[in-house]
Amino acid sequence: MIKLLLASLLLQGAQLSPQQEREAAELMREIRCVVCEGQSIADSDAALAQDMRAFVRNQIGAGADPDSVRIALAQTYGDEVLMRPRLNAQTLPLYLAPLLLLLAGAGLIGLASRKR
Amino acid sequence: MISELGHFLITLGLTLSVLQLVSGWLAAGNPTGMAAAIARRSSYSALAGVAVAFVLLITLFLQSDFSVAYVANHSHVDKPLFYKIAATWGGHEGSMLLWCLLLVGVGAALSRFALKDDPALRIRAVSIQGGLQLLFLGFLVFASNPFMRELDVPVSGAGLNPILQDPALAIHPPTLYIGYVGLSAAFSLAVAGLIEGRGGRAIAAALRPWALVAWTALTAGISLGAWWAYYELGWGGWWFWDPVENASFMPWLIAAALIHSAIATEKSGNFAGWTAFLAIIAFSMSTLGAFLVRSGVLTSVHAFALDPERGLWILAIMTILAGGGLSLFAFRSQLLGQGDGFALTSREAFIGANNLLLTVVAGTVLIGTLYPLLATALGATGISVGAAYFNLAATPLLAALLILLPLAPFLPWKKNGLNRSLALRASVWILPGVVAGVWAGWIGGSPVAIAAAALAGWTLAGLAADLWQHRTVALASAKAGLAARILAHAGVVAIALGAVADSTGEPETVATLATGERMNVGEYQLELTGVRRADGANYLADEARLDVEPGGELRPQRRFYAAADTTTREVSIRSGLDGDLYVSLGEPRARDDGEIAYEIRASFNPMVWLLGLGAFLIVLGGLAASVSRALDQTGRGDPS
Repeated sequence: MIKLLLASLLLQGAQLSPQQEREAAELMREIRCVVCEGQSIADSDAALAQDMRAFVRNQIGAGADPDSVRIALAQTYGDEVLMRPRLNAQTLPLYLAPLLLLLAGAGLIGLASRKR
Repeated sequence: MISELGHFLITLGLTLSVLQLVSGWLAAGNPTGMAAAIARRSSYSALAGVAVAFVLLITLFLQSDFSVAYVANHSHVDKPLFYKIAATWGGHEGSMLLWCLLLVGVGAALSRFALKDDPALRIRAVSIQGGLQLLFLGFLVFASNPFMRELDVPVSGAGLNPILQDPALAIHPPTLYIGYVGLSAAFSLAVAGLIEGRGGRAIAAALRPWALVAWTALTAGISLGAWWAYYELGWGGWWFWDPVENASFMPWLIAAALIHSAIATEKSGNFAGWTAFLAIIAFSMSTLGAFLVRSGVLTSVHAFALDPERGLWILAIMTILAGGGLSLFAFRSQLLGQGDGFALTSREAFIGANNLLLTVVAGTVLIGTLYPLLATALGATGISVGAAYFNLAATPLLAALLILLPLAPFLPWKKNGLNRSLALRASVWILPGVVAGVWAGWIGGSPVAIAAAALAGWTLAGLAADLWQHRTVALASAKAGLAARILAHAGVVAIALGAVADSTGEPETVATLATGERMNVGEYQLELTGVRRADGANYLADEARLDVEPGGELRPQRRFYAAADTTTREVSIRSGLDGDLYVSLGEPRARDDGEIAYEIRASFNPMVWLLGLGAFLIVLGGLAASVSRALDQTGRGDPS
């Protein structure tokens, strides 16, 4: 409860420039709400999401870089809050997949084009 | 009594499907004999039986017969009549009955309308469709029976999730299901063709009209769902890359690839194996969609019915479909025949590129959707894949699609076509692109918006040139084909533009207002002039009145459905050419001085109408392509 009150105070406190406002909104769309999975904190009505939104606005308002806010959130709530996962050994196949599919497909078309 | 009759009828449908499968299989050697007649009559009777069962389930809902568990769980005495009917397919069991009804409908339609000049292939397809009916009706009867009685009869019913009480959502599932299940016809025809050893051209020609209709319905169904999400979920988004949305997007992409590759296969025999492969994958993807929605393996805002045991059933069905279909494909695809080959800047090559991009997007969506699941199974934790990943991965592929799109109609079949005259002509299209890009920069668009506008200018100029170049086509079927191409492709451009425009909108403004207070949203000023009660048949509601300057009034509501103990936001939208002013009403809060203030969320979403227009144009294009196809059948013409 205290946390919530604090969050709503912060929500009112932080005054962001339009540019920061946009950065914050963009970041919120990329952070998953922990309570109601499948929604970003920008979309969620949950109290915790409000809390996280306040944190984002506050950090951005204090001049933090969006990436560092992202990392801070991932450290607090776990990597699963990142809707665009960080590139590491575990997610490398995810990012390579479209490229590999594209190459394999292009090869197939090349094969199909040959006269027989 | 009604529920027992319904139970009997779906069991009868199951039995008739077995008969359809077996007698259709036996009839393939003698497609005009006794066995074929039995298979056909079985398919008609199965349709009649399941259709009556469906009407009986609607009757149970109209009577609010809460001795039936499904009715008790999804209806309520206070529910308005229209939603009592729509609740029939609002839950798992009822939607599976709808699925089965459409599946036997496709079976009967195959018996009646498919392939008048190739009865052997037709009866084989009817038999395969009987197999599909067996699988899904088996699932319905044994694991998802909507007619089950409940001993403990409730007085009033649990009610449907209130956010589903909505006109668009009442027709969204049936439309989407026509698309999903319509793809079963393409599946059955492709499998039948592989078994019968027909050539790729014959198979492509046989399945294309069915795939076209299914894809058009799928487009309409997905659009209705996106529209519903936009105004009902109350936060202004329309596409979330939610697993359930992805589940409908994958078959749409595959079917879009299929209807293009089937053109090339029919024309020159190229991509014969690929077309059959896509037909098998498309319906498997539909089933995967059902699996993802119903099993609850992926948590999602849409997964209203969670049941792992049913998930296992659907997983088994999917394994039979995809596994069986693809093994058959592996062993028989050499019978499809070889294509004539094609040059790298021919029409075929561009259709190949279209298929490549569409299926890579589908593959990326599939991998992205299942990746967290796979990672968890392999012991990794904490990976989630959301909208940000899908936007990043899909946008460049879809942009490439838009760049190549307008060139294809100017290329000849098989031969190289990218010569100097086409290069000259296409270079003219760059001008509208530059103008559109500069305009987007002028009005302060982001770099993405500028790029999108430039791309749209290029593509639309190409479409206009296509229309001009081919304006003299004489055949009615060719005219309809041209209209189909222009409409559907212009629709794709409109959706791309709408998506980018919407993504460049300012974030929403949240304010708590008491009566008489104001807030600013973009160029608009909103004043809360009052809040009144606006209760409906089965809910209590607060309705806020907001004066909008310049011009107008908005009345968002906050509804409380007592039967389901759920609160929903009914947004109020003022649409204009430049975009939608979108307002929703949240919780009332007491201030320190005792004054009641309401949370108001408001945003301005630029040019959302482009999305609706785009969807409408694509559906029109799909219909025109079906008309073209029908005209072409009656008077064999050149559809280029």
